[in-house]
Amino acid sequence: MKKLKNLSPSTRDNVICYGLAAVFFIVVQAMIAGGLINNSLKGQLVPICAYIIMAVSLNLTVGVLGELSLGHAGFMSVGAFAGIVVTSSLADVIPSAPLRLAIAMLVAAVCAAVAGVIVGVPVLRLKGDYLAIVTLAFGEIIKNIVNVLYIGRDASGLHFSLLEQGFELGEGGKMIINGPMGVSGIQKISTFTSGIVLVVITLFLVLNLINSRAGRAIMAVRDNKIAAESIGISTTRYKLLAFVVSAALAGMAGTLYAMNYSTVVASKFDFNTSILVLVFVVLGGLGNIWGSMIGAAVLTVLPELLRPVRDYRMLLYAILLIAMMLFNNSGIKQRMLDKRGMKQMEKLEKSEKGGA
Amino acid sequence: MTFLSYLISGISLGSVYAIIALGYTMVYGIAKMLNFAHGDVIMIGAYMSFCGTSYMGWSPLMSVVLAIVVCTVLGVTIERLAYKPLRMAPSLAVLITAIGVSYFLQNAALLIWTSNPKSFTSVVGGGAVKLFDGQLSISHVTLVTVLACVVIMVALTLFTTKTKMGTAMRAVSEDKGAAQLMGINVNTTISVTFAIGSGLAAIAGVLLCSAYPTLMPTTGSMPGIKAFTAAVFGGIGSIPGAMLGGILLGVIEIFSKAYISTQLSDAIVFAMLIVVLLVKPDGLLGKHRNEKV
Repeated sequence: MKKLKNLSPSTRDNVICYGLAAVFFIVVQAMIAGGLINNSLKGQLVPICAYIIMAVSLNLTVGVLGELSLGHAGFMSVGAFAGIVVTSSLADVIPSAPLRLAIAMLVAAVCAAVAGVIVGVPVLRLKGDYLAIVTLAFGEIIKNIVNVLYIGRDASGLHFSLLEQGFELGEGGKMIINGPMGVSGIQKISTFTSGIVLVVITLFLVLNLINSRAGRAIMAVRDNKIAAESIGISTTRYKLLAFVVSAALAGMAGTLYAMNYSTVVASKFDFNTSILVLVFVVLGGLGNIWGSMIGAAVLTVLPELLRPVRDYRMLLYAILLIAMMLFNNSGIKQRMLDKRGMKQMEKLEKSEKGGA
Repeated sequence: MTFLSYLISGISLGSVYAIIALGYTMVYGIAKMLNFAHGDVIMIGAYMSFCGTSYMGWSPLMSVVLAIVVCTVLGVTIERLAYKPLRMAPSLAVLITAIGVSYFLQNAALLIWTSNPKSFTSVVGGGAVKLFDGQLSISHVTLVTVLACVVIMVALTLFTTKTKMGTAMRAVSEDKGAAQLMGINVNTTISVTFAIGSGLAAIAGVLLCSAYPTLMPTTGSMPGIKAFTAAVFGGIGSIPGAMLGGILLGVIEIFSKAYISTQLSDAIVFAMLIVVLLVKPDGLLGKHRNEKV
């Protein structure tokens, strides 16, 4: 513990982040081996990883860049459906599931990054609450478009349409995305191990970005845009960089998430999902990467843990959320910390007197 | 003629959005917070009116009064318990708390009234005014909705410009500290704003469910988001802006449903918002504030 305190702050954060991922992996593996984990919790393992990635990537936009985004689920949606198209197209070509998943994630990341650029260029010109509402609008637009998207595949290749019956499939053809019905019959190739690997990759990318020259530039833009501009930092470039990296990671999380279920519909990735991830980030602490990890993991498991109180669980979740926000921000915590600090001071004074 | 009837139903839907947006805008203007629970107050208002008419057999007018009273008390209570302790906290913390309140209201409604949709009986009663030899019919609900919206806007404008409380509200929204130094009770002013906003939400809920009679615990969330969009569209913090934004949004929504695509209508509405904000970053009637170093 003492060694941990002596490290520089950035190294300490890195150690805590990677350590958390490792501990999480080992504990879960041990629990599975010991049969201590029930089925409903087991089904939550991949979503937990996906939400951790979502939270860490959103933290890059909200905490590090300092711009509130309410449409992060939109990028998750783009990644999820791009990933589904890739895996189902490559099902016969690449038999190895992990390799297929990896390729799908890469394609998903590229697609989500492109969406990130399209959304980011107009959005990042705005400020504050206006920026937030426009990200919300983009999230809803993405959801609506994916909701009417039809993609099918036959011998001649992929077919796209925004209309039902917009194309005719040749013999042996198959619908992949079926408009509002979404996708069904997905091969569940996401595993907990692949989730943890993706979490570590995300941490590697985000932590290295934050501690690089570009990361410091991004934080300078957050802290004071005008001052940053005056020393020659291109604010648009760094804002876009953070936003696009965040979108690409959300895309990968989307693929991971989608490949854990047999059916996925576009309406899953709506405003409520964006908000859910934002709650993880805010409760974990803005700009604090390991905080986001813990926030995502705890709040995804919390409704499961509250299952014994059944009907009241979401009500309790809401009350806990409000209580945590009030405790953290209304000065109660500060007063408690002050009191503890005072007690420690008294102790110190006493021991000094005793020593003399 | 169909064009005209679409326009009228657009204005009617837009009027509901406008009433909700007025509540949003007032609360935003004074407390500088996005009150995401506003949409759920609408839902509670509609349920209250439903309980009044269906369970207790009250007259429609009495049930609307009940809805307004309950929502006003609810709004003030929420403000006191959840938002007041966070006056000094970062805006994101307040936003998440508002989301928590929204979850709370939705799930409380789910426990009390279950997820089965209730069919809401219109408080206005059926019937319609027929024009042009019956080619164009305007339902009474539509007329009442539009009328209510206009009356509310005029009343609110008069209230904020002519009364002492209204002046205090504008002062608080301009500069909280300075207003306090001038002897304005900031806490009371904010409470009154929440009371008015929530009362309006109750009216909006009743009117919304009179026109679209399915009532569920999630009824309020989408109109809430749309009305919020409307408030930003017109320039958040501005009362005529909220009205204009609401009506425009309603008309655009109905037109895109009628002429382009039912499923893409929401996407079109939000795309319009983005276009407007890119051209006028402070909304249609918003005040532009210069950045100071």
